[in-house]
Amino acid sequence: MDYADEFRNREIVRGLAARIARLAASLEKPLTFMEVCGTHTMSIYQYGLRSLLPPEVKLISGPGCPVCVTPVGYVDRAVAYARRPGTILATFGDMLRVPGSFSSLMEERARGADVRIVYSTLDAVALAAKHPDRQVVFLGVGFETTAPTIAGSILTAARQDLKNYFVVAAHKTIPVPMQVLSSDPDLGIDGYLCPAHVSTVIGGDAYRFLAEEHGVPCVVTGFEPADILQGLAMLVAQKVECRSTVEIQYRRFVTREGNRQAQKLLAEVFTPTDSAWRGIGVIPESGLAIAEKYAAFDAEKTLPVTVEEPQEATGCLCGEVLKGKAAPCDCPLFGTACTPEEPVGACMVSSEGSCAAAYKYGE
Amino acid sequence: MDKDLILLGHGSGGKLSHQLLEQLIIPTLSGTPLAGQNDAALLEHERGRLAFTTDSYVVDPVFFPGGNIGDLAINGTVNDLAMVGAQPLAISVGLILEEGFSRAELAEILAAMRRAADRAGVTIATGDTKVVPRGKADRIFINTSGIGLVPAGLQLGGANARVGDKILINGTIGDHGIAVMSRREGLELETEIHSDCAALNGLTADLLAAEVELIHVLRDPTRGGIATTLKEIALQSRVSITLDEATLPLKAPVRGVCTLLGLDPLYVANEGKVLVVVAATAAERVLERLRRHPLGSDAAIIGEVTADGNGRVEMETMVGGLRAVEMLSGEQLPRIC
Repeated sequence: MDYADEFRNREIVRGLAARIARLAASLEKPLTFMEVCGTHTMSIYQYGLRSLLPPEVKLISGPGCPVCVTPVGYVDRAVAYARRPGTILATFGDMLRVPGSFSSLMEERARGADVRIVYSTLDAVALAAKHPDRQVVFLGVGFETTAPTIAGSILTAARQDLKNYFVVAAHKTIPVPMQVLSSDPDLGIDGYLCPAHVSTVIGGDAYRFLAEEHGVPCVVTGFEPADILQGLAMLVAQKVECRSTVEIQYRRFVTREGNRQAQKLLAEVFTPTDSAWRGIGVIPESGLAIAEKYAAFDAEKTLPVTVEEPQEATGCLCGEVLKGKAAPCDCPLFGTACTPEEPVGACMVSSEGSCAAAYKYGE
Repeated sequence: MDKDLILLGHGSGGKLSHQLLEQLIIPTLSGTPLAGQNDAALLEHERGRLAFTTDSYVVDPVFFPGGNIGDLAINGTVNDLAMVGAQPLAISVGLILEEGFSRAELAEILAAMRRAADRAGVTIATGDTKVVPRGKADRIFINTSGIGLVPAGLQLGGANARVGDKILINGTIGDHGIAVMSRREGLELETEIHSDCAALNGLTADLLAAEVELIHVLRDPTRGGIATTLKEIALQSRVSITLDEATLPLKAPVRGVCTLLGLDPLYVANEGKVLVVVAATAAERVLERLRRHPLGSDAAIIGEVTADGNGRVEMETMVGGLRAVEMLSGEQLPRIC
């Protein structure tokens, strides 16, 4: 068993699709489920899973692409740091092409800024250790999956007594925005495919309030095709049986309580804060700010830069796409003014963005 | 976006590269015998047709598992000639060295070039060497140009795919890109992935000797991977192509690294692979012939030309779903060749 092929097995996938169709046949009205996580969105497109679903089951994409929900103002701030003399801007690759109000990190790199792609937060700390005369600014973007690794990088830098490692923190937490979306009557969400990796950290119980207080079925689901179809079958079954609970399909990694060690790291380094989500607006207690104790590593506090008032691109429907209210092809810019080569909105840039997935893999 | 800036993506072999070629380079330089849409230009000459091609190599790192910039520079140009059916005659070598580069490493690279040229049966006929100040180039860049002779009557080209044709590949995809990437990023893998860098002229000559009438297109899917190359063929031939993901040869470690880094192996570069578009009647014979060749033991039929059309490429995924395949956009992995 190699834990990949089994979950991409054609017969198993067909069997699950047939089970969904059988269950859905007894439904009185069609169901709309939201896949929250961008990796789910990508996987659904990559394997062509929509083409295997019965018409009664509709999937809409949620706000779980970290780059996509990051507001333009943050990109502008990143650009300002990239232009700052003596700075090495370290980032995960996805942020490079996201358009800010006037520029992107890729353009800044072409103009001579020192922008480095790293694959691990510790690589960014290593850069700081290697270049003591420069300031290494890391773009801390992402959900609960990435946030512990950033926390770890800050603790590592503290242990090494590095004075030149800084994080621009814009981490977001996922459960509260899910509640905001499920209470939107326009969306009519019948259930959530809850994110896989985020849930390894926060645990299945983090969604209990959604299932128990708000009556929204939740299934924590893995990213492979068989995972996704099994998760959907579990959601449809809950609807058929008029239940609303948190179930874990991704049992090979996710527990009810989550990863306590990672949660401890988060609690040590970050404090909850209100956070602005592109397309949704400011949601209370939905972000993570660097705690006062580690303020020395907080770029915004220790290395201030001036950033102009951000300007959102006109005509871009990213916000509606992120809420699941519009499909990528509903946007007038999709595939014409906005392409992966010349993106207008972040959803067209990120490898987890709905528009990028729709453009690359077709509808 | 600032239209004046040349971005790394303009050199990726994907959509931005195409735009730069179509909007600026080809229109400005037209009138010269440009290779245009094929791997090499064909020049009519009274004693036959000459194929002419050039390529620059800037791979980082210079040494990678399975090869170095030297054999890559010879094999890449030999392959561009082989893809139009030419037997390579002579190659030129332009070296751009950064001040401070190691003489021992240069010797190793040159030896690899010589070995690759001998293996491909091509002469290195002329060359040039320049040294630039430290920091003005990254260690070593190599340009090679090649000329080859095209046998009379041969008609290969990206526009020749026909409905019903089968699409074959001579082995596993993505090996080169992932070999370079894992060395560059210092990924520690249990199984080292080797580049597939190899000269394909022997293999293509073998195929053409047997099935010259029925082979319609030969293309090496380098930067941009098989997705970009198949999209180019579909657009040039005005046909639709359907791939069958379950048949794509892919090494498990390559798939593993792709999953880890979020890369799609369809877009990862190859340096020893050829896509063969062949009439259905000859497909099985060509497959057998490929598999008997040392560079084709993992060969497979991976798809077919399904209809006349507007250049659509689709893939039936391994779980039975259907999705579109587009060209690489932007940069997936910069400086892999």
